[in-house]
Formats: sequence, structure tokens, C-alpha cells
Amino acid sequence: MPYNPILVRPMREELLSAGVEELQTADEVDRFMAQKEGSALLVFNSVCGCAAGMARPGIRMALDNGKRPDRVVSVFAGQDVEATAKARAHIPDIPPSSPSMALFKDGELVWFLPRHRIEGRSAEDVSRDLTAVFEEHCA
Amino acid sequence: MNRTFPGHQDRSPLHGITVVVETAGGETWVGRCDDEDAERVILLDADVHRDGEEGSGRDEWLSKAARFGPWARHPRVVLPRRAVRALYRLGDLEAG
Repeated sequence: MPYNPILVRPMREELLSAGVEELQTADEVDRFMAQKEGSALLVFNSVCGCAAGMARPGIRMALDNGKRPDRVVSVFAGQDVEATAKARAHIPDIPPSSPSMALFKDGELVWFLPRHRIEGRSAEDVSRDLTAVFEEHCA
Repeated sequence: MNRTFPGHQDRSPLHGITVVVETAGGETWVGRCDDEDAERVILLDADVHRDGEEGSGRDEWLSKAARFGPWARHPRVVLPRRAVRALYRLGDLEAG
């Protein structure tokens, strides 16, 4: 059952205010995935305090820091169920986890950060990982 | 980093963390730790590799889990603590 939208709103806004576009329907996800050109980061946002509380500020820091993907979007796991299921269907070989992040380059998955690589780490650590991968894959 | 969240104060420090549990019986479990104490380890959304079973070997299976995470094939598993040979964070393994 999805969380109360009032509880979740600040977690959405934390990414929205950093310029992350939120995809709330399966159609929006399909349109995003159909755009192959360039680099794109897909964030699986989450309520999970253990990891998402570090993932969101880590993303914000990395997006403020040099190279960034051409497009950055999120789906909210456990909240926008249809959009999340559709996003996961585009990477069927990857076990679902949230929060997590996937970077695509010209439509190909080039990097994935699962939840367990965020757990117990700081926002700075997450940002450092993202910054390194943006440097490698983004123009 | 030790953080406590509302409603989680009575849980193990590993609550919410994805862990590897190796058992004396040759099983390797990977899942999200819900709680653990002297009696048991409770995992959520876990997957298991059993020595001798068909498919990939344990090291390959664990390496894949370390890279991408576990498949949630078992919603909830309770493992007796006396059978646990090792318990550690999946994130401590090299992603490969």
C-alpha cells in the first residue's frame, strides 16, 4: 500500500528542486526510455530511511558538480507503482531495489547502483560515485 | 554510520541493511536484515544459494548479488542463529 502522499511529498520535492523530472505513469517511462540519444540517469526514489535519506542529497550534490547526464528522471518505488514497474521492466536482468540508480548512454545501461551500495554510506560517498560515473559517461 | 529511525529503535543495527548469511549447512542467503539477535536472523526479500545445487557456483552467484543485489525469492526467512557461520554486509563485498 502506498505511503501517505503528505509523508512522501518532501522526498519528491528534494529531487524535483534539483531539476530531476518525475515520471508518474508507465507512458511517461516509455517515452523517456524511447529517447536513446545521450546520457540519462534514472533514479528509483524510495521512502526507505536507511538508504534513501543519503541517496537524495548525494544526487543533489553530484548534479551540482561538473558533468551531469543530459536527462535525469525519477520514479517513486512503492508510490507510483505503475511507473516503477515499467521502469524495472526496461532493466529486467537487474533485481528490483530502491533506492537505486541506473545510468543509460545512447539507450544502453552502462552503470547501476543498487540499494546495498548506498546503505550505511554518506551522501558525500554517493555523490562521489555519481560524479565519477558522470565524468566517465556524460558529455 | 549509525542512524536510528523512528519506530526502529528496538531493532538490530543491521535493520534495513542487505546482508550475507552463511550457514553451517552450506547455504548462503542474501537479503535485507529485518532483525537479528542471539536466537535468530530474520531476512526479508532474500535469495539463497545451496552448495551442490545446479546452476552457478557460489562465488559467481555471490559476485552477481554483490554487483546488482539479490532477487527477492523469499519474502521472509528466519534463520536459527546457531546455524549461522558468518553474517556480513553485502556492500562490504567487491562489486566486481
